[in-house]
Amino acid sequence: MTAACPACAGAAPAAQVASEAAGEVIHLSLPGIHCAGCIAGVERTLGALPGVRAARVNLGRRRARVVVDPGTGAGPALTALAAAGYEAQELDEAALDTGDAAGRMLLARIAVAGFAMMNVMALSVAVWSGAGEATRALFHWAAAAIALPALAFAAVPFFTSAWGALRAGRLNMDVPIALAIALAGTTSLVETILDSGADTWFDAALSLTFFLLAGRYLDHRARATARSAAAELTALELPRATRLEGDRRVTVAVADIRPGDRIALAVGARAPVDGVAEAACRLDRSALTGEADPVEIQPGDAVCAGETVLGAPLVLRATARAEDSTLRRLARLVEVAETGRHRYQGWADWAAKLYAPLVHGLSAVAFVAWWVATGSVGTAIAVATAVLIITCPCALGLAVPAVTASMTGRLFRAGVLLKSATALERLAEVDTVLLDKTGTLTTGRLEAPDLDPAAAAVARALAEASDHPVSRAVAHALQDHAAAPLTDLREVPGEGMHGLWDGAPAFLGRGPDGTELRLPDRTLPLATREELRPGAAEAVAALRAQGLSVHLVTGDHARRAAALAARLDLDEVHSGIAPEEKAALVAEFAARGARVLMVGDGINDAAALAAAHASLAPATALDAARVAADGVLLAADLRILPETLSTAKRAARRIRQNLAIAAGYNCVAIPVALSGLAGPLAAAIAMSTSSVTVVANAVRR
Amino acid sequence: MNVLVILIPVSVALGALGLAACIWTLRHGQYDDLDGDAARILLDKPAPEADPEDSSDA
Repeated sequence: MTAACPACAGAAPAAQVASEAAGEVIHLSLPGIHCAGCIAGVERTLGALPGVRAARVNLGRRRARVVVDPGTGAGPALTALAAAGYEAQELDEAALDTGDAAGRMLLARIAVAGFAMMNVMALSVAVWSGAGEATRALFHWAAAAIALPALAFAAVPFFTSAWGALRAGRLNMDVPIALAIALAGTTSLVETILDSGADTWFDAALSLTFFLLAGRYLDHRARATARSAAAELTALELPRATRLEGDRRVTVAVADIRPGDRIALAVGARAPVDGVAEAACRLDRSALTGEADPVEIQPGDAVCAGETVLGAPLVLRATARAEDSTLRRLARLVEVAETGRHRYQGWADWAAKLYAPLVHGLSAVAFVAWWVATGSVGTAIAVATAVLIITCPCALGLAVPAVTASMTGRLFRAGVLLKSATALERLAEVDTVLLDKTGTLTTGRLEAPDLDPAAAAVARALAEASDHPVSRAVAHALQDHAAAPLTDLREVPGEGMHGLWDGAPAFLGRGPDGTELRLPDRTLPLATREELRPGAAEAVAALRAQGLSVHLVTGDHARRAAALAARLDLDEVHSGIAPEEKAALVAEFAARGARVLMVGDGINDAAALAAAHASLAPATALDAARVAADGVLLAADLRILPETLSTAKRAARRIRQNLAIAAGYNCVAIPVALSGLAGPLAAAIAMSTSSVTVVANAVRR
Repeated sequence: MNVLVILIPVSVALGALGLAACIWTLRHGQYDDLDGDAARILLDKPAPEADPEDSSDA
């Protein structure tokens, strides 16, 4: 052993080459990384840890894959990263989709189609510029040899999709595409064999496949990014709980909890299942009811899944399994509300529905007309093929995905994650915004007001002695003041803190008009205000400036809601609303013809989120709310909200422009194709220019 | 014209070479983290997992 430094002594060369396969793979979420320095820093930090065999950061996904010695777990890595200044959380591997097989397959198909397209196009150009008879035959055979195998591989997605639609008795976009590709391939092959001097369409079939695959890939990528980010949010909530077995603490999956199990909950933890409390406790029910004030419960009282433990750790005796708990029952409300949403039809669907029968009709008409006119089936098929190919839905297949991919990508970088494909278009139509209060407009914490130094000193001393959220907020806000020397401090639950200040009684707690501070000589009201989420006021102002009506909807009582509404310039306030009433309120707005955007984070908002025309949830929301919403606001700043809406409006405008451009091209191309004048050269030019135009329009600023 | 008998296979072979290279990059996960790879070029050392001994003294 020649190891010079003590750090190297333990690391024998054999251990360094230990196989990854035997190690334990953990995934970490690294929301804060953004540059090369971060990659190097994280990998260096992890690489220097004993027990870490390999670490690789994925910047695009803001994730790290770490291979550690079996039994090491994520603990040391998380501690080391936190010490190095990187925010990191462990991800549940089961909830993640690692790798993207479908995306890779699409890329491979694009590569094959692109390769074949370029080679065949080079051969076709020679034919179009007037190659001699023998050369032309040779080139046709060469093109067929390249194009047919390439099409057989690259065009598979269109054939499967078209076959699926036909079997179900429907027409979709892929039916004309598949038909055009198949017809072009077959007629061209026949022409190659007969060599009668007519056109071949191998290059057109390949470029059609190439452009449409590109559109499909863009679409896939936008959705895969959103899906993987959404899966990550779920994966962050490791569905584990600590079960007490005698005096042992065992970590179990939430799904394995049985009624009767004793579950230990730390302060700030959410109850994973319904149960009864074994001790008196304070609970935050805001996720279920929207009420910001904590609730005191006694031993034996019921605790619902999703409620957060405050004050002191709690032991919960489970009364239901996770899937039978309140949280899941409320989540089922969502499914009912959501059925209306699926009926929404995007612009692309609408255009496709119009397009498919039109194209089939036109090429059928062309076939019949040319057959009757010329008596030649061959010519008729050639013209029908030309019509099918020239009216190719390149713009439809590429334009809409290009706009959605470019806009959702832009939103994702700004901190908004859109999960649904039609979310952008629905967001663009919104005219009314409903905002939830606790957790959405406010952070759920309290602000404390100004006091004179003597009163502040007493208030801080009293507040520090209690762990009630109001006390903690007061103590936090007054941390610049010295605490007064108080004696005989005692807490009366449901009332407040009592103490003696220079021998005279002082009190901090519930008074007739809310929280108050009672000193020997005077009584001061402590108007504790809810802390606004950053950017809340600006967001509301910007939304109203966009001409939207902004409403507050909350389960909390009227006094709190009114106090908040006075600080923000809101159109209307709906307070004391139960979860089902929130969804009913959304339905009421919809009945009046309003397009509602619902923004909320609680389980009590989930049904309303699902019922609304469009919906967004903050990243801090409960899983059920995030699932019900169309999108998730990853950024903490609410100013992202008006920005999202204006981006959505711009996207909708671009989609309409692109559809108009596509229609314009077809208006020129269809008559030419019907008259039998369109050859493969015209098709190649029309297809490329229209595709390039719509993509350029989609990605411009 | 006889030169075509050589030229066509040559051009197809060159294209196929490019295609093979593209498929190879695809299979080696080179499109999995485009942002990260763009940033990694700025790092002056190989990544730790490529050279575990290098990382401990950094």
